[in-house]
Amino acid sequence: MSSIEFARVTRRFQTRNGEVTALEDVSLEVADKEFVAIVGPSGCGKTTLLRLAAGLEAPTAGSVQINGRTIREPGPDRAVVFQQFALFPWKTVRENIAFGLECIGRSRADCNRAITRYVELMGLEGREESYPHQLSGGMQQRVAIARSYALDPQVLLMDEPFGALDAQTRIVMQEELIRLARLNPRTVIFITHSVEEAVYLADRVAVMTGRPGCIREIVDIKAVRSGDGWDQYSVDEVMERMAFVRLRTQIWKLLRS
Amino acid sequence: MARTLGGAVVALKKPRRSVLPWLSALGLATFLGAWIAASSGSHTNALILPSPLAVLETFARLTHEKFANYTLQEHLASSLLRFTLGFAAAATIGVPLGLAMGWYRYLDYIVSPLFEAVRFIAPIAWVPFAVLWFGTGIGGPILIIFAGAFPPCLINAYRGARHVDRKLIEAAQTLGANDRRIIFNVLLPASLPAIIAGLRIGAGLGWQSLIGAELIVVSAGVGYLMVQGESNLNTSIVMAGMIAIGLVGAAIDVTLRFIEQRISAHRGAA
Repeated sequence: MSSIEFARVTRRFQTRNGEVTALEDVSLEVADKEFVAIVGPSGCGKTTLLRLAAGLEAPTAGSVQINGRTIREPGPDRAVVFQQFALFPWKTVRENIAFGLECIGRSRADCNRAITRYVELMGLEGREESYPHQLSGGMQQRVAIARSYALDPQVLLMDEPFGALDAQTRIVMQEELIRLARLNPRTVIFITHSVEEAVYLADRVAVMTGRPGCIREIVDIKAVRSGDGWDQYSVDEVMERMAFVRLRTQIWKLLRS
Repeated sequence: MARTLGGAVVALKKPRRSVLPWLSALGLATFLGAWIAASSGSHTNALILPSPLAVLETFARLTHEKFANYTLQEHLASSLLRFTLGFAAAATIGVPLGLAMGWYRYLDYIVSPLFEAVRFIAPIAWVPFAVLWFGTGIGGPILIIFAGAFPPCLINAYRGARHVDRKLIEAAQTLGANDRRIIFNVLLPASLPAIIAGLRIGAGLGWQSLIGAELIVVSAGVGYLMVQGESNLNTSIVMAGMIAIGLVGAAIDVTLRFIEQRISAHRGAA
């Protein structure tokens, strides 16, 4: 059981040119095992929202809670996948995945079991001893996802994880993510600026507008997805479904107005 | 990269590649030529300036004939022992302390003013103090080498830690790393290039401080050898000692540079 609740959250930053309000009075509830995508233009405070949930920042007003407890610091119960992967360049793939497991004090055997499992799940076999700089961007992001998943976190916070990937790799990764989500559902907050990606992956899409950042509307996808039977299609097939196109257009309009 | 002074990259107009080694040879030859010319003049004697050949002969002789109780190698060995102890102390205290100062703001505020005040005391200026504390024991020279090597070890580790990619630290925190793990498993490896550069500078300064240290040592060491050479009015011995110091210093630097390159090759472009 892991739900995340943002209750009337405001976040301001002090900059040289005065105060900037990144988020203004944002409320959002993400239920247990729910996949919520957040879309919005650059600078609308999406990343700030995620960092608050991660405990990497604190709200100026309001509260961010996990299961009713206020989030005060980062922790392995809320794994973060960063846009720039943030792999340790001096560690091999295996060592990168092992890092979190060692931090939470897993035994050597447990570590190895988890590593083997996620290396296999993310298609990284044979690259265990490679260093991040020897891998393509897509491979690096797989390692980052494996590193987070290996901790078996209740909550996954993903900040444009596929933003730095090329179109093909991106589609493969989206399908991987859907597969992983079906296999082992988690509470996910997923930031993206791709409307298609949000509609394809999420149960609900929160549409944000910027300056100051606030949530404009929350669009339900889950009902449409199961009604239209998206699970049986591939990404590109889903993206041609009428129901998909309608949702996409609806979100586009929200973003534009 | 072309070999340049101290491994630094020096901007030059680009001559043809093949010319460069010859320029280095020319520089050396000019220096030796000037030395030979100066030492063979009718007005100079061996006390003021022995010829390069005489110095070389002395150098060779010192390796198998005892002077000031020991051969040159034995003097070097005792110098190197002191150096190793002092340098190891500087590195084992300076690097972790620098990293910790980079991580804990309060520690930075506690240590920095003190450190800034003390680090401008030249290593050699610690000599009288070292004598008062340690007499002629091994503690004195170690303290002085420490005074030379410690500041660069600490400063580079500190700056390295402050410049570590914020994302890596945040990634470690979200993966459940505590402070100790962040310092030793993230800050340390991430700032390793800066730390090794600091160790190189520290080793150089420590080795240079050695002679100052050995002026107060009465038994053995290259500095002691040179002081004995001087009181025997034997300029060749003094100069041979200087050459030995230069060669060993260069060897220490080359070793650390080799380690530096191994590490950066191991990590690739990242």
